[in-house]
Amino acid sequence: MANRTKQEWRETILTPALKRAAERQEKFETSSGMEIDTAYTREDLPDFDYDRDLGYPGEYPFTRGVQPNMYRGRIWTIRQYSGFGTAEETNQRYRYLLEQGQTGLSVAFDLPTQIGYDSDHPLARGEVGKVGVAIDSLRDMEILFRDIPLDKVSTSMTINATAPILLAMYIALGKKQGVEPTELNGTTQNDILKEYIARGTHIFPPRPSMRLATDIFAYCARHVPRWNTISISGYHIREAGSTAGQEIGFTLANGISYVQAAIDAGLDVDAFAPRLSFFFNSHINFLEEIAKFRAARRLWAKIMRERFGAKDSRSWMLRFHTQTAGCSLTAQQPHNNIVRTALEALAATLGGTQSLHTNSFDEAYAPPSEEAVTIAVRTQQILGYESDVANVVDPLGGSYYIEHLTNSLEKEAREYIAKIDSLGGAVAAIEQGYQQREIQDSSYRYQKEIESGKRTVVGVNKFVSPYPKIAGLLRVKPEVEKRQKERTAQVRTDRDSSKVNQALGRLEDVARSKDNTMPACLECVEAYATLGEICDVLRKVFSTQKEFLVF
Amino acid sequence: MNKGRIRVLLAKPGLDGHDRGAKVVARALRDAGMEVIYTGIRQTPAMIVEAAIQEDVDVIGLSILSGAHLELFPSIIEGLRKKGREDALVIAGGIVPEDDIPALQQMGVKAIFGPGTSTEDIVRFIQKETGQHLAC
Repeated sequence: MANRTKQEWRETILTPALKRAAERQEKFETSSGMEIDTAYTREDLPDFDYDRDLGYPGEYPFTRGVQPNMYRGRIWTIRQYSGFGTAEETNQRYRYLLEQGQTGLSVAFDLPTQIGYDSDHPLARGEVGKVGVAIDSLRDMEILFRDIPLDKVSTSMTINATAPILLAMYIALGKKQGVEPTELNGTTQNDILKEYIARGTHIFPPRPSMRLATDIFAYCARHVPRWNTISISGYHIREAGSTAGQEIGFTLANGISYVQAAIDAGLDVDAFAPRLSFFFNSHINFLEEIAKFRAARRLWAKIMRERFGAKDSRSWMLRFHTQTAGCSLTAQQPHNNIVRTALEALAATLGGTQSLHTNSFDEAYAPPSEEAVTIAVRTQQILGYESDVANVVDPLGGSYYIEHLTNSLEKEAREYIAKIDSLGGAVAAIEQGYQQREIQDSSYRYQKEIESGKRTVVGVNKFVSPYPKIAGLLRVKPEVEKRQKERTAQVRTDRDSSKVNQALGRLEDVARSKDNTMPACLECVEAYATLGEICDVLRKVFSTQKEFLVF
Repeated sequence: MNKGRIRVLLAKPGLDGHDRGAKVVARALRDAGMEVIYTGIRQTPAMIVEAAIQEDVDVIGLSILSGAHLELFPSIIEGLRKKGREDALVIAGGIVPEDDIPALQQMGVKAIFGPGTSTEDIVRFIQKETGQHLAC
């Protein structure tokens, strides 16, 4: 029987069965429209070569994972993105999360902090402490990490345009705690390109922004060697509505631009590439997502080795953080989100993630309540400690379908990268609106599929039923803004203003030169210059960038 | 309001960059035959009022996911009133807690479309409120 071909099976077994009973859908498709066959066999992997395509875990091209034993040593880092209100409130939440067994911190900053305005700036009105914690000066950072020793945690900061300033504050805080920069562990997102494409918290034009990003690469390579200098992010590209193939294609194309920019700035690829990290979305298409992570890992390894000639194996490794898909959560029947998140988290672990954020079920309404975030953390603990998924490396490796999908997603991502190369690279493509337009088309198609019923969203367009209102939603009170403004006013009174002016003056000179901006940023934050003041200097030198709107 | 196609300003007040919803709605309204002007992100209340006056729109759609709606919407409504455009239909979408809806409606926001809303519902609502559905 085993000698029969798939075609023979189709004719003799499948087709007669389909004549008796049709399938649920006329055709089945992946998120990017690849038609899914009924079943996959070795015929779907005609040129499969284990050593070339997979290799062993911890070996090039790292399809099976970046470490030889993956979660058998320790499970992925449980890292919940968190922050709201003032530094005091967020500090309490961090300590609660660490008590619950979370193993890494992830700071959510409010929008004024991300866009370079102090809490008392007119544009900050109504935004202070809303989607993250408000940080205006080093004083706020001291409170944010009160009783959290920086040599004992790793901290990821979702910060991009203002990344040099927040990193400088973290280094300064470490010094105050007696922790050397060489002992600091963590990540600055520092991925400005996806801000223009999908997330929208850019400040400066792309070229000076790229220089600030690569200044961080160079500075950390010398002074903060364990720091992940960038987290090249597909997460927000996917949240904005892209397909899985676009997510990895656009993200790796951005990665290529950062690597090229750093090389152009005179850095040796193996000096900075081992500290590059990535951030992906885990969406509801379980099997496709697993394949996506594997495809991204394999493709990046090849890019680093073949395109950039990296020699250090750590430069080839795509290490990544995952967050479950916020856009897959529903406001309707919100408890169903717990199940969606668990499924997405499972895909991330089967895909070999290094760290994971699981969304809380109430996040279609508000930042998570303590109850909701506890369930999210427990979800990861059940996966990691109770189930068997962490006991073996890449358990789906070798599955005909998963390998076929991995190949097909890698091919799709390569095509996007080739297209972006032909447009002149990621920055030029963004300026032409290419990625934005592609994402808009995909997101509109996705919405139409929900509205036509082609795509099912339980509780929204199918299995609709009444649901109770969630109790205990978190609300950031208006007093937060007032208290934060008062603290910043106090900082301005207490500091030595001549030192501040001197430091800001030096930053302006450095920004106008080709020198690395990080030491001058550090001097500014140590003098308690505020984030807004520092950004005002940089805005003056670099000017500002409006969004590349292609509508 | 019988001057042909319905004119809609879609705007994103506040600092958040979540524009997926606004862009999807903009396209759906266009597909439904409306004229849509989309401002882009990071619009102040004054910029939104200014655009609404200049473009002489019938409808203003505000999309916000940052949680700053209670602080920013009153300035927009007030600005429209000052310019004599209190007749414009103001609607909103995004992440708005249920508890805030009465206050926004009191202010003059005619409808708030939360997550999971079908764009067809938004189209129908606008057509009904502007009296243009009769023409179809």
